[in-house]
Amino acid sequence: MNSETYAVQGNFDKVRSLAVKEVSQVVKEATDTVRMRVEGLSVYYGKLHAVKQVNLSIATNKVTALIGPSGCGKSTFLRCLNRMHELTPGARVEGKVLLDEQDLYGAGVDPVDVRRRVGMVFQKPNPFPNMSVHDNVVAGFKLNGTRDRKVLDEVAEKSLRGAALWDEVKDDLQKSGASLSGGQQQRLCIARALAVNPEVLLMDEPCSALDPIATTKIEELIHELKEQVTIVIVTHNMQQAARVSDFTAFFYLGELIEFGDTGKLFTLPEKRQTEDYITGRFG
Amino acid sequence: MNNEHTDKKYEEELKKLREEILYMGGLVEDQIQKAVRSLVDRDSKLAEIIIERDHEVNRLDVDIDDVCIRLLALHQPAGRDLRFITTGLKITTDLERIGDMAVNICERALELNEEPQLKPYIDIPRMAHISQRMIRESLDAFVREDTDLALKVCKDDDEVDQLNSQIFRETISFMIEDPQTIGRASKVGSISKYLERIADHATNIAEMVIFMVKGKSIRHLKELPPSV
Repeated sequence: MNSETYAVQGNFDKVRSLAVKEVSQVVKEATDTVRMRVEGLSVYYGKLHAVKQVNLSIATNKVTALIGPSGCGKSTFLRCLNRMHELTPGARVEGKVLLDEQDLYGAGVDPVDVRRRVGMVFQKPNPFPNMSVHDNVVAGFKLNGTRDRKVLDEVAEKSLRGAALWDEVKDDLQKSGASLSGGQQQRLCIARALAVNPEVLLMDEPCSALDPIATTKIEELIHELKEQVTIVIVTHNMQQAARVSDFTAFFYLGELIEFGDTGKLFTLPEKRQTEDYITGRFG
Repeated sequence: MNNEHTDKKYEEELKKLREEILYMGGLVEDQIQKAVRSLVDRDSKLAEIIIERDHEVNRLDVDIDDVCIRLLALHQPAGRDLRFITTGLKITTDLERIGDMAVNICERALELNEEPQLKPYIDIPRMAHISQRMIRESLDAFVREDTDLALKVCKDDDEVDQLNSQIFRETISFMIEDPQTIGRASKVGSISKYLERIADHATNIAEMVIFMVKGKSIRHLKELPPSV
């Protein structure tokens, strides 16, 4: 195996023993284990160069955590993965984001379809306040045109079970989504994202507004969900990144400084900046 | 460690841990030196003092463990801090065992001092000297994150091993020559063995230092690598 390219032949665990050489170097893995590939991604907000020439691969059915200090570009990067940043005025993107080898920024690609395939969960739980639990879950699914009550009920149950919320809400699916606790609301949002059967789920600090118990539930859920969906999570909580992820990417000042196996990155990082950040020596 | 933590209290606690480990290292080094002196000078009073002082070594072992566990629980260290603290935890175990070996030397010295001297002690103080140096250098390597020095300590172990086999052969020949000396000669042999074990513990520490700095384990290898 050529250590310079760290090609991984069908076995992602091998990354464990391989060193990430340079920030700018493209991480190339065998395509059958890579769900998303980002090549030379740069993001500008007006004159601000928020993300600089980032190359990164997202492994299928694994959890990839993005860490770094505030303003390092990790959330911006995450939003580029489903073209969510387009909702920000003045944002401009260069480079490629490939989902199953299809460029999401290519001509004729519908951003709505992109967001169906790459779902997102936000920092603050944001259920539709005037909708019931049931309607919240199927809201996105309904946009596909399905009106069949039976199908919708099935999707709602499956998604709520997937989000580990079913047992807590099954007795009254008609109550308002806003009446749930914060942790339940967040799982409701996850159920809503799951309802449209996405391939990738992006999570932008999904636990930062939750208490430790609710956080644990979400983390447990992440472990279960990765069986069916590829997850990318942005978190400020480094212990959380260490707990839930298989791979970790460390961003600093818009650059990807280090990417590698989570166990290795938190015990023996390659780069000084990573070491300083994870040990709390920044600033 | 060049740059400091944002969290000053954490920084202080890590610094305190480093100092305590060094203090413990200095203490066990002194224990060995005095233990061997109690033998060479036939000073039983000194041997008793050293045996008594082992409590201090044991106390430090417990204290340092507490500090490490506290740091792990309260700060969830990562990266080099994690490697430093976990290495600290293991180092103290070795230092504590070295302390016990010093006590064993004193116990044998007390017994030997009751009888006529078997022979002048020449190689034993030499072994003690090398073992002490190995402890000192392994701890220096620990605080300075100096893997070259740590590797040197690992290599020095061979010298102590050779001295031990030499003393072993010598004591056997005493026993063969005159069975009256069996008791004393086997005690001298034991002391040599204790010193050899002490050097092994120092080697353990040096190996842990290499792991701490490079994340690479050189333990249980048939041969030492030329460099790390």
